[in-house]
Amino acid sequence: MYESLFSFPSAFTGDFQRLRHELDDLFGAVGMSTGIRSVAPGSFPAINVGKLPQSMEIYAFAPGIDASSIEVTVDRGVLTLAGERAPALPASDAKVNVYSRERASGRFRRAISLPDDADPSKVQASYRDGVLHISVARRDAPVPTRIAIQ
Amino acid sequence: MSKEQELSTTPSTAQAAAPASDTRYVVPRVDVLEDESGITLLADLPGVPKESLELKVEGDTLLVEGVVATPMPQQLQSVYAEVRVPRYRRAFTLSRELDAGRIEANLKDGVLNLRIPKQEHARPRRIEVRAG
Repeated sequence: MYESLFSFPSAFTGDFQRLRHELDDLFGAVGMSTGIRSVAPGSFPAINVGKLPQSMEIYAFAPGIDASSIEVTVDRGVLTLAGERAPALPASDAKVNVYSRERASGRFRRAISLPDDADPSKVQASYRDGVLHISVARRDAPVPTRIAIQ
Repeated sequence: MSKEQELSTTPSTAQAAAPASDTRYVVPRVDVLEDESGITLLADLPGVPKESLELKVEGDTLLVEGVVATPMPQQLQSVYAEVRVPRYRRAFTLSRELDAGRIEANLKDGVLNLRIPKQEHARPRRIEVRAG
């Protein structure tokens, strides 16, 4: 059941519904602290970044994408993931009524800056159940070397 | 009487391990298309495997519920999170001409594809007009 009477996806209330979705996503986590950067939850794909002692873990929630067409690149400390999602709507000549078109489609691109100790040569990516999981190994902390004075 | 039809069930360990925040959920994005023979519903449920997807029809309400089960290491420290609640839930009211007993569901790569056909008697029929 739609939660409100204003949920009919007509052209008039389409923008309100999108705003309501974004606010639902943002305020749905009541009680947890909202990060200062999490102000645009509607962007596709949503991203979670976590840190382990040995690696950085990035989870991109991107369902319905062909895994071989996703581009993951690391350039000067910035990890970029780009790809495209084909629209689900059929050709316009088919006799189809569209009641709801909330899923994003088209090209997407997200960039994440990696910390200084990330090792760009050790990146692993896998795609499962619509979640792209990227793991970037971190370099071990350099041991300070002692320099002998001659 | 209400009709309950479960296509798969959430494992009980997922509900037992969830803390007090397990009543919070995210409303998943959905595309709804209708053609002559029925309705196609596409829902974005990234991170939900088939085992934690729940589809229920009670009376004329269709309920879609899924728990994100992407394996994450225990000591993972969150740096930036846009998805904070690992549960999706959305309900739809089905109109009477839809045949809820013949729903076909397919979950691939986090996209749920539901096909709800119309009852046989509700499909569009041409009515012959006899002259005279």
